[in-house]
Amino acid sequence: MANKIRVATTSLAGCFGCHMSFLDLDERLVALAELVEFDRSPITDIEHASNCDIGLIEGGVCNSENVHTLREFRKNCKILVAVGACAINGGLPAMRNFIPLEECLNEAYLDGIGVENPQIPSDVELPLLLDKVRPIHEVVKIDYYLPGCPPSADVFWKFLTDLLEGREPELDYELVHYD
Amino acid sequence: MTKTITLDGKTIPFEDGQTIMQAATAAGVYIPHLCHHPEFTPHGSCKLCTVKVNGRNCSACTFPAAEGQDVLNNTKELTDDRKKITQMLFVEGNHFCPSCEKSGNCQLQAVAYHLNMLDDHFPLFYPHREVDASHPDVLIDHNRCIFCTLCVRASREHDGKDVFAIAGRGINKHLIVNSISGHLKDTNLDKNDQAAHVCPTGAILIKRTGYQVPIGQRLYDHQQIDEISLASSGSRPDEALLTFMDEGNADDCREQSRPPSLAVVSEQHHGE
Repeated sequence: MANKIRVATTSLAGCFGCHMSFLDLDERLVALAELVEFDRSPITDIEHASNCDIGLIEGGVCNSENVHTLREFRKNCKILVAVGACAINGGLPAMRNFIPLEECLNEAYLDGIGVENPQIPSDVELPLLLDKVRPIHEVVKIDYYLPGCPPSADVFWKFLTDLLEGREPELDYELVHYD
Repeated sequence: MTKTITLDGKTIPFEDGQTIMQAATAAGVYIPHLCHHPEFTPHGSCKLCTVKVNGRNCSACTFPAAEGQDVLNNTKELTDDRKKITQMLFVEGNHFCPSCEKSGNCQLQAVAYHLNMLDDHFPLFYPHREVDASHPDVLIDHNRCIFCTLCVRASREHDGKDVFAIAGRGINKHLIVNSISGHLKDTNLDKNDQAAHVCPTGAILIKRTGYQVPIGQRLYDHQQIDEISLASSGSRPDEALLTFMDEGNADDCREQSRPPSLAVVSEQHHGE
């Protein structure tokens, strides 16, 4: 079992939809589990990635914790993969980029309809928001990209089986979708 | 005797006055393009159709075919250049495909799929651009405009109007409309104008039609843009819809595609 490929996954500024799509591998997960073991991932609850072969990153970078997590993954994964629209171009969370951060916070925590006890959260435990949501390739080097919102289970399967069988991963036309 | 050029090593015929794009299309060879449209004066601005003619890069849509040309089109170098150009188009605007109703019918997206573009490569600009929803039937989302000028040309050359123009330079370039207020509603654009249908991206959209065909069943969801483009002699695939609408079927088209339950509800309201 020591030779299993080690895979870590995480979601930064994402919705876990890509992870849900990964779980759509269904029975193929059993076959996959024969070949890989999961390190840091919502599947295992391991908190820090270490000595991994493949890191799958969902979501863009919206706060300081995302930056730390992303750098930890880059440091600990031989191959780092941007998974889904948000990791690749910021996606839906990046649509806040057109509104100044202060206005976003005011709307959510001070001026929004139905807000009780209005105050902008501020605590050392809370990661600071970045002024803009950025795609992950602007922060660390990314080796592969799996587009889609989310990428289908077939995309994960094709990509991982290509890698595991020593082929250069390739996505056919039908597997490439940005929506 | 037929005049010929060499395209990727194959001899293809051309007629005097034809561009390389026209000769290639007639010979069944796809050259990727976005600002080119067979019905309108070529503009040569998107540069996706860049080919190598006797060792020099030229825009196939504007460059005249001439005897003795050795043209390279489908090479790794040119494909890589085209992918980079497409990535630049993506990062210079705001192209969030999952939230765009043109997704699947979008030529920008389809060209990117065709080039197997999986990422944006460059840092994103996230430029601040407006949406003009003032017109009752047509929407402009400037976030998605790639300045191909097809709406400008369609309005002038086909519709006999002058609704659109491009203003500004470089990063400040933007689409403007011909009204004192600057709003689309104050122009003489009609939803059946070709200018309202010719946009290769989701920048100009007809309202209330966006989801008549579900995502996953759209033009480029299963078929590549090269096949679709050649099958329609290089013309624009969404023109099938336009021709249909020109024949006066636009309202039928909308009525038929409306879910039956809604139609029933609407009739009941009229009944009251």
